Amino acid sequence: MRREIPLIITISVGFLAILSFFSPPFEPLGEDFTLFFDIIAVFAFFLGGGNLMRVHIDKLIKRKKDWGFSIVTLVGFLVMLVAGLGKIGAESITSDITREGLFSTLYYNVHLPLGSTMYALLAFFVASASYRAFRAKNREATVLLIAAFIILLGSTPIGQMLTNWMPEGMSILEIPNLAVWIMSSPNLAGQRAIMIGIGLGVVSMSLRLILGIERTYLGKDSG
Amino acid sequence: MGNIGPIIVLALIAAGLVWLLLRALKGQEVDRRVIFAFILVSVAAPLLMPVTFKAKPTPIVRALFDAIDELPEGSRVLLSFDFDPPMSPEVQPMADVITRHVLAKKHQAICMTLWATGQAQFNITMNDVIKTDFPNLVEGVDWVNMGYKAGNEGVLNVIRTDFKKMFPTDANSIPFDSIPILRGVRSCGDFDLIISLGGGRPGLKEWVLFVGDPTGVPIGAGVAAVVAPQLYPYYPRQLVGLLGGVKGASEYESHFRDNYEQYRDMPTPAMVMMGPQTVAHIVIMAFIVIGNVLFFLARRKEGQS
Repeated sequence: MRREIPLIITISVGFLAILSFFSPPFEPLGEDFTLFFDIIAVFAFFLGGGNLMRVHIDKLIKRKKDWGFSIVTLVGFLVMLVAGLGKIGAESITSDITREGLFSTLYYNVHLPLGSTMYALLAFFVASASYRAFRAKNREATVLLIAAFIILLGSTPIGQMLTNWMPEGMSILEIPNLAVWIMSSPNLAGQRAIMIGIGLGVVSMSLRLILGIERTYLGKDSG
Repeated sequence: MGNIGPIIVLALIAAGLVWLLLRALKGQEVDRRVIFAFILVSVAAPLLMPVTFKAKPTPIVRALFDAIDELPEGSRVLLSFDFDPPMSPEVQPMADVITRHVLAKKHQAICMTLWATGQAQFNITMNDVIKTDFPNLVEGVDWVNMGYKAGNEGVLNVIRTDFKKMFPTDANSIPFDSIPILRGVRSCGDFDLIISLGGGRPGLKEWVLFVGDPTGVPIGAGVAAVVAPQLYPYYPRQLVGLLGGVKGASEYESHFRDNYEQYRDMPTPAMVMMGPQTVAHIVIMAFIVIGNVLFFLARRKEGQS
């Protein structure tokens, strides 16, 4: 029964979800499923928080590699949790914590700049990787290199300044427009192929799940 | 005189790059810490000594501008703030200028978010744009904040046919039926334009698949540069226009300022950020050239031996 019950749930929910999408009378059923999903997702929040605590407390107790970072994680998590749930510093219990109180102060003065900084570090790695990877080793790599140069220049006002003198009829040759053309023609073709491939993959995997062929989500002993 | 500082910094960066090129011609590799140092200077200097450039809008940016501009006054525009702090430097300027444009055209702005962090990001727009530039507009009448709803594409699947079912109240807990701006809104089909601001999941792709295509409501977007290439397949049939990264935001800011005299002095964070982006891109291109010089020298040596 440990296998059969989850399988029956998956198969019936899968078929009903398809039915609700393609058959208008069953449309409200799809909306109800979405609400059920929301309710289940709330438990996932608790599960996620609990799991984060468990993993990092374990790391801390066993003094595993980089355990110091676990202290930062746990303190950050607990401070934000208490500040948010306790509405510390907020005027009343009904106040919006993203507008006032300790949670909002921490969000705008710690989380926002730190998050932006982490993402901005990408610039350093992109520069280093470009130096090592963009080499004209063969014809294909050379084409990629030229495209990269046009995109890089096209993403700056320099690209516009260099080719701004061109007459209106030749505006497609302006570097920013060439960059847009690369994105909306060769890039588009590649992206579409990837998307269609992913779409077919999702359809086939969904069918395997709904028909009970794919059982790895049930765990090791799924048979 | 004000431009002396940036010129000196640019000259120093250029001299440094020439020195590295000369070293490369002798076959000496560039340490990655040197690359990091160059990027640090090329990003920090234009931020400390800002230089702004006027940007001409590319057709894909102009298309979104025109879509908002050509809507009749009082149209309902849904703005979805689906981003977080890492995306904020790129997407927040888009959110601000698009919201400013929507309200300047006297459209009705209905704001919501599918990301838990989106509520706080909306507050930035609310304080910096709505309350600053449009102090006379009334919440609930001219604009409304519906807040965050968990459930990702599930939320979209429901609001496509029943908006109230997912948002029975706004972010201030005011019941849906008591909000004047929402009178006549039953589903997403009742909006005249939907604009998704973000770059992750759920984001533009989900808005197109679950709302735009089934309802036929036009969708526009502003996204982080890193995801923009994946979204070009939707333009122009399923997407009226797209702002990609700081470049897209700066083009929009510049075009908006040119067309709306009263906002000539508005803050233009994206145009300011184009300075660091421009210098950093040029430095990256210089390093690619240096890398290729080293590569061809090494290949020639291999051929000789």
